[in-house]
Amino acid sequence: MEAAAAKLIGAGLAAVGMFGASIGIGNIFAAFITAVARNPAAASDVTQMTWIGFALVEAIALYGLVIAFLILFVF
Amino acid sequence: MAEANHSPLAQFEINRLVPIELGGVDVSFTNSALLMVASLAGITLFMMLGMRRRALVPGRWQCLAEVTYEFIANLLRDTVGSDGRRYFPFIFALFMFILFGNLLGMLPYSFTFTSHIVVTFVIAMMVFVGVTVVGFIKHGMHFFSFFVPPGLPIVLWPLMIPIEIVSYLSRPISLAIRLFANMTAGHTMLKVFAGFIPALGAAGILPLAFVTALTGLEILIAFLQAYVFTVLTCLYLSDALRLH
Repeated sequence: MEAAAAKLIGAGLAAVGMFGASIGIGNIFAAFITAVARNPAAASDVTQMTWIGFALVEAIALYGLVIAFLILFVF
Repeated sequence: MAEANHSPLAQFEINRLVPIELGGVDVSFTNSALLMVASLAGITLFMMLGMRRRALVPGRWQCLAEVTYEFIANLLRDTVGSDGRRYFPFIFALFMFILFGNLLGMLPYSFTFTSHIVVTFVIAMMVFVGVTVVGFIKHGMHFFSFFVPPGLPIVLWPLMIPIEIVSYLSRPISLAIRLFANMTAGHTMLKVFAGFIPALGAAGILPLAFVTALTGLEILIAFLQAYVFTVLTCLYLSDALRLH
């Protein structure tokens, strides 16, 4: 297999890793909605942590994307 | 108008605006440098003109400037405590620089200097080295006790201490990649979907609506990534000051 074709396949495979992060983000906001639904007064307390958690989980998805870009453009 | 196939990644190219060379080293004024200067000018104008009136009951601009100040001051106080006050200028400058950099990149035909790993890596290394130096100044050699999780039996030390050290050393890398990848991925997606609009003709209203929504999301991400960078910096600082 030539290198260019292998790169494309490798980049595609690396992007599949973002699937886990999508589940993680769904979990975070599901927990946020549940928490606010059970105790609306706690909304302001959990909102800050929700956004921090979302950014941290999305970062993992983007690490996968960085690997895909590395495979495509650096090697 | 159909020029050569513009890749969605062409927006990240560095263009030399004013070529300068010092002793064989290329120190040209680039579009990245221009945006950094613009970010600095934006922050200075925002804060100084906002506080020009110094009214006791703030007008709208002064309110914005004060809210920004309080936001970061409260964040620093909640994470680090009252002895974090001396680091406020650095944390504030960090947050505003990244925020204005991200936001200025959202303007049409602009350039996002935080979308380059070299820029974000330097910022992250400054934070990491600074926080480690603060830790060593405050605790001396006792700083290394940070790598021993409290209450761990001694038999597990040879396993856990290298893991702790590696996870500590991965902090600047994760900080840098998080910001760079968010900005790069966001802007690339914007360009890719924008490229669909002329290609679809009349049905191009759909990618146009999507690009509009995506632009809103990217502005949210601009704020969020600046905030998360700052929050993590404050947490690492509090780790170094309190060793746990």
